[in-house]
Amino acid sequence: MSDLNQQMAAKYQNNFLREIEEQAEMGEWVKMCMQCGLCSGSCPTNFHAGWDHPPQELFMMIRAGKRDEVLKSNSMWMCTSCYNCYVRCPRKVPVTHVMHGLAEYAYRIGQSPKNQPTQHLSKTFWDNATKTGRVNEVKLTQSLYFKDGIGSGIKKAMEMQAVALGLVKAGRLNPLEAVGIAHKCKDIKGIHAMLAKANELEAQHKAEKAKA
Amino acid sequence: MARKEYAFYPGCSSQKGASASNYLTSVHSMCNTLDIKMTEIPDWNCCGASVSYAESGELPRIAMNARNFALAETNLPGQDIVATCAACWLGSRESKERLEHNSGLMADTQAALKEAGLQIKVIPEVRHMVEVLIEDLGYDELKKPIKKPLNGMKFAGYVGCQTNRPFGIAGESFENPMYLDKLIETMGGEAVPYDQKVTCCGGALAFSEPEKAQAQIKDIIEAAYDGGAEMLVTPCPLCQANTEVYQGQINKKYGTKFNMPVLYYSQLMTLAYGGTAKEAGLKGQVIRAPKLEQFAG
Ligand code: SF4
Ligand code: SF4
Ligand code: SF4
Ligand code: SF4
Repeated sequence: MSDLNQQMAAKYQNNFLREIEEQAEMGEWVKMCMQCGLCSGSCPTNFHAGWDHPPQELFMMIRAGKRDEVLKSNSMWMCTSCYNCYVRCPRKVPVTHVMHGLAEYAYRIGQSPKNQPTQHLSKTFWDNATKTGRVNEVKLTQSLYFKDGIGSGIKKAMEMQAVALGLVKAGRLNPLEAVGIAHKCKDIKGIHAMLAKANELEAQHKAEKAKA
Repeated sequence: MARKEYAFYPGCSSQKGASASNYLTSVHSMCNTLDIKMTEIPDWNCCGASVSYAESGELPRIAMNARNFALAETNLPGQDIVATCAACWLGSRESKERLEHNSGLMADTQAALKEAGLQIKVIPEVRHMVEVLIEDLGYDELKKPIKKPLNGMKFAGYVGCQTNRPFGIAGESFENPMYLDKLIETMGGEAVPYDQKVTCCGGALAFSEPEKAQAQIKDIIEAAYDGGAEMLVTPCPLCQANTEVYQGQINKKYGTKFNMPVLYYSQLMTLAYGGTAKEAGLKGQVIRAPKLEQFAG
């Protein structure tokens, strides 16, 4: 993983903006930002002291070549996908997608913060959903609670017990899903073959980009 | 033949026994009354939701959505896809746009689909249930079947983010969309003004950053109470769950006394159309809505 990081750092030398433009999904938009600050002012997680760096600041740091600071930041992982920034940006920068692209790139080259909760959620969610084609809400919740190990998992599960019980009582969380009587697609095989192909092509394109 | 037919994409949360099963129940009742036929896309799969971005990569995520398109097109030709979940709608629509504007992505997607024995010819329109109600039927038509208007009840219409941005409902503003208020009023209820109608509830971060999300949710519920609302109404399963199920935890943390039922627009409509509590899925509320249960009789 960090090999990939070194490879990228070497390839782009000190041109971090170009690295982001070429490697991160939607990164080519960063140069369109005119630093008006509207996105940061619209960002919900900003209101509750969530961000180290709101979007506008991250884009400025990319231009200033602050590679480590950007890639290791928690900030893009705080994005809730609310699309406030996206609809307000006067330069039509798809800020939401750039934030996701930055997070994904940092993660891909092994630079994102370890144990980042939303990163863990992203992986857990995708793995859960693609296993059978549909989300298993019980297993999803379990693996989310137990991310930091058994002790903390039990503590979290206890805290959340009232919430879960409420859902079970209301018929909206089916404990049977935990033991495999779950919603799933019929053609799981086809889905897996499709995803294998998609992953293969995606990896191929990314490798080409890294070499080019 | 029904007056309208659609390819239904319920999404993972709107399945039997899942977190929005009450939404599903009430959508079926509402559509029955309105003579709308919703046929589930056979073997549909999860859209991946917004939060899977870091793990999935673009192509696999789009392939998942494309599989639904191909299944809809093959099995239910000529029908628009209708989603009830805002995130499913957004994920599918975004995928459709990217595929239609990027031939390379389309070629890769077709190659992936082929592995599942599928292919795309024309991607169907992807619409949200409320769009269908408003655009294909219209408020006047929605009014006709009313048997019991929701007179004297005060609701805060909580539109949230993803039914509103980035696509939204045609003709509505991002800052103050009125369609949910209009739906409430069409059913005879009162839509109270309050200032957190389009505030984000934290979305999927309710799982990963619960403190921050709950701070947002607190602002929303508080504003709804301040506006004089008795209940909240939403168009999206995640908005519904987030604003409903954490009220207890928020009370503990902030010393508030929240106990506000959170309903779907389809539940209000089912009740106004004379449906029973069962048909409206009222048993599915974590915070029960006694006033509506009484109303349903
Ligand atoms: S709103 Fe757009 S132009 Fe303004 S700072 Fe944000 S990204 Fe840049
Ligand atoms: S989409 Fe993300 S970056 Fe944009 S305003 Fe919402 S939380 Fe902030
Ligand atoms: S948005 Fe959520 S409910 Fe809808 S399909 Fe995707 S994962 Fe399932
Ligand atoms: S309000 Fe919450 S659940 Fe609804 S769309 Fe916004 S972030 Fe998602």
